[in-house]
Amino acid sequence: MAGIPHDHYEPKPGFQTWLHSRLPIVSLMYDVVMFPTPKNLNWMWIWGIVLTFCLALQIVTGIVLAMHYTPNVDLAFGSVEHIMRDVNGGVMLRYLHANGASLFFFSVYCHIFRGLYYGSYKAPREVTWVIGMIIYFLMIATAFMGYVLPWGQMSFWGATVITGLFGAIPGVGTALQEWLLGGFSIGNATLNRFFSLHYLLPFVIAALVAVHIWAFHTTGNNNPTGVEVRRGSKAEVEADTVPFWPYYVIKDLFALSVILMLFFAVVGFMPNYLGDPDNYIQANPLATPAHIVPEWYLLPFYAILRSFDNTVWAVQFVHFITFGIVDSKLFGVLAMGGAILCMALAPWLDTSSVRSGRYRPMFKAWFAVLVIDFVVLMWCGSQVPSTFTGWVGLIAATYWFAYFLVILPLLGVLEKPLLQPASIEEDFKSHYADPVAGPAE
Amino acid sequence: MFRKIAISAVSALTLMTGAASAAGEAETTDVAFSFEGPFGTFDEHQLQRGLQVYTEVCSTCHGLKFVRIGQLADAGGPNLPEDQVKAYAKAFPINDAASNPQFVDPDTGTARTLLPSDHFPANNAMKAPDLSVMAKARKGFEGPYGLGTNQLFKGMGGPEHIYSIITGFTGESKDIAGVSFYENKAFPGGWMAMPNTAIAADQVTYADGTPATLEQEAKDVSAFLMWAAEPKLMSRKESGFKAVLLLGLLSVLLYLTNKRLWSKVKGKKLAH
Amino acid sequence: MSHADDTAGSRRDFLYYATAGAGVVATGAAVWPLINQMNPSADVRALASIEVDVSGVAEGTQLTVLWRGKPVFIRHRTADEIKAGRDVKPADLVDNSAENDNLPPGQDGGDANRTLDKDGAWLVVMGVCTHLGCVPLGDAGEFGVGGADKQGTGGWFCPCHGSQYDTAGRIRKGPAPRNLPVPIAAFSNDTTIKLG
Repeated sequence: MAGIPHDHYEPKPGFQTWLHSRLPIVSLMYDVVMFPTPKNLNWMWIWGIVLTFCLALQIVTGIVLAMHYTPNVDLAFGSVEHIMRDVNGGVMLRYLHANGASLFFFSVYCHIFRGLYYGSYKAPREVTWVIGMIIYFLMIATAFMGYVLPWGQMSFWGATVITGLFGAIPGVGTALQEWLLGGFSIGNATLNRFFSLHYLLPFVIAALVAVHIWAFHTTGNNNPTGVEVRRGSKAEVEADTVPFWPYYVIKDLFALSVILMLFFAVVGFMPNYLGDPDNYIQANPLATPAHIVPEWYLLPFYAILRSFDNTVWAVQFVHFITFGIVDSKLFGVLAMGGAILCMALAPWLDTSSVRSGRYRPMFKAWFAVLVIDFVVLMWCGSQVPSTFTGWVGLIAATYWFAYFLVILPLLGVLEKPLLQPASIEEDFKSHYADPVAGPAE
Repeated sequence: MFRKIAISAVSALTLMTGAASAAGEAETTDVAFSFEGPFGTFDEHQLQRGLQVYTEVCSTCHGLKFVRIGQLADAGGPNLPEDQVKAYAKAFPINDAASNPQFVDPDTGTARTLLPSDHFPANNAMKAPDLSVMAKARKGFEGPYGLGTNQLFKGMGGPEHIYSIITGFTGESKDIAGVSFYENKAFPGGWMAMPNTAIAADQVTYADGTPATLEQEAKDVSAFLMWAAEPKLMSRKESGFKAVLLLGLLSVLLYLTNKRLWSKVKGKKLAH
Repeated sequence: MSHADDTAGSRRDFLYYATAGAGVVATGAAVWPLINQMNPSADVRALASIEVDVSGVAEGTQLTVLWRGKPVFIRHRTADEIKAGRDVKPADLVDNSAENDNLPPGQDGGDANRTLDKDGAWLVVMGVCTHLGCVPLGDAGEFGVGGADKQGTGGWFCPCHGSQYDTAGRIRKGPAPRNLPVPIAAFSNDTTIKLG
């Protein structure tokens, strides 16, 4: 944990020194927990803790649910009902896990848009950002496979539609799809392997989270000003930062507690609000539900997938110049992947010399549109396709790409940023009076 | 440019609203059930009446295969005495032996009598859907405009949907390829295979003297099916409430702790 | 140090302790369901007690039922079996205790302490050998009526390691240390035995 100079763990003679010379684990914990953190972080910096909690919640509830769940096409639906009816506290465990996914994604979107606004992705934090994007991608995969497990109608048909996307890949598509499913369609083999992977991936995510934290502890946290912590001397660092413990631990725990209060209200009083009633109908390969929609958190990218049909000139053009290899189906798949890839490439697409959106007047407006755009895409994804939603979706999807591929690169050139504070300390002092001298601590 | 798009989007939205309301969607009547809201509870007398309707009317065609008969004795549910549950299980007929191999002796081919520890039998003889989770598998309310706020305020509307189906027959019927369909205002598409003679007023006689109007029967059986779909509804709400209270207390304490902690670092917020 | 500082200090300490305390309570409340979910579920508990119809069990025959995942022998004993069981001297018993969950502990292994009814016609025992848990064979072994030559008249023989039980399910020979235990059982009416 190089970078910002700060106090390190000093083992006391005796056991501490004995252990430290063999396994410096206390030192590692100390460096993580006492990490100098910018003292001007606002309430958008709480999501990291919330997300860590979500991961732990999902892993813990997931492990106990797996003790009662049966990954078999004939038994899966019934085993979920068994959890809901017979297992001690099973109803809460399952609803916590199901709604926990929603909290997880809500938090990750807050976290991502925080990063996008305050330029947390910009140098030197590109690696943190890209790892975050990989985590997000794995979260999507995990959530998607988890949704298949209850073996309801939406599980089955959602999986059919999404795994069908692999069939769009030219040449190897069909073979790849059959390999993925372990058959010609979603069946017992698919359910079993999805269960296995759904259990595995969270631990991969946990490992990547550790790397994510390692990366930003190397560069130091970003902060609302985007101005780096001064590293000239310990005194400068102490003027710009506070140790993570106890200041941010308590602050984050407070925020987590409030969020969990709302979360438990949802779980206790309206646990099926975010779910689809069709998933309480056992999967039936012979009957498709009237309207297949993914869970809310995947809707924006689902909308992008659907937006590019063969009436869009860009699709027709690409179809023509690739001699028909890229048809509208493949184009949609590429667009969906591309939408996430664009986000991951933001560090290199954003040309501005200023990090935080706070000092970028034009950026602010375009960013606000991006947030609205995201919500509009989400709405589009939930609707039965119509000409109107087709148009809205197409415009919204286009803006998503335009923001990253056109607006971000151009703004750096066109925009005249505001004056940034010289240091975090200066910014902090301009917002808050000196603390009233209290009794000696 | 974007303002223009926003304006056109709003006007298009308004146009669409008119179209949607004209299309004649499935109608769901909002019923005020006792179990709605954060503190709502099941009414055990209503559940018992609903059980009677299910037993005497619905069970002829519909199974309830995920519900354990013994749960009828659960406090917070129908709360029947143990000996009544035992007698109920013993008397319950298995209408579709082929769908219930677990109750059939493979040697003699005869079905045994049911026990409280058994689930209700499945029933696929008439291709009628199983009702175990029906109250959660349908939504009575949606929108407006795909925003989901109706479900937020009125609930998902599963039991309301069941109520509306039972009371929604118009009396019209038609035959398509030898299969009869019956018009129902609450059914998506308007025509369903369940006959309009399936349930009628006074088809049951309630022991507690409640007049068995069609609306009353529909209400009672909808409530019963909500219980069947979510038997732990009350304990779930209680857990949620306790968690909210505990976290509320924790939040207040953490807020004060946080404020005190930061007072060493941060003074009053300056006005700008 | 003034008095006011002391109060401020203790108030601060109290706040910190209260917060930590509430945090511990919240964590504890979260951990308990995770432990409790591994306890037997409601459908398993619903089978903790079962009722067995014994109207078809003729004298000299036995019914084996599965109860809590284990076999239970319900034997309708003949007069000879009852007599054989009652004639055994306490000194001949390997385990002279009732091993009967329906009786208070410390009762001796007399035949009357093993059976369900006063007459001794009904014997209900767990069908699990007390040696290593095999299921003994009925109407077999040296301790049925008439000994090894006359098969088919009570007694049990465990095929795994040769433990032999008499007509009251008591261990008489072989490596098993204890009598076949009698589970909680009672007649709920003339023809029905309730186990558990």
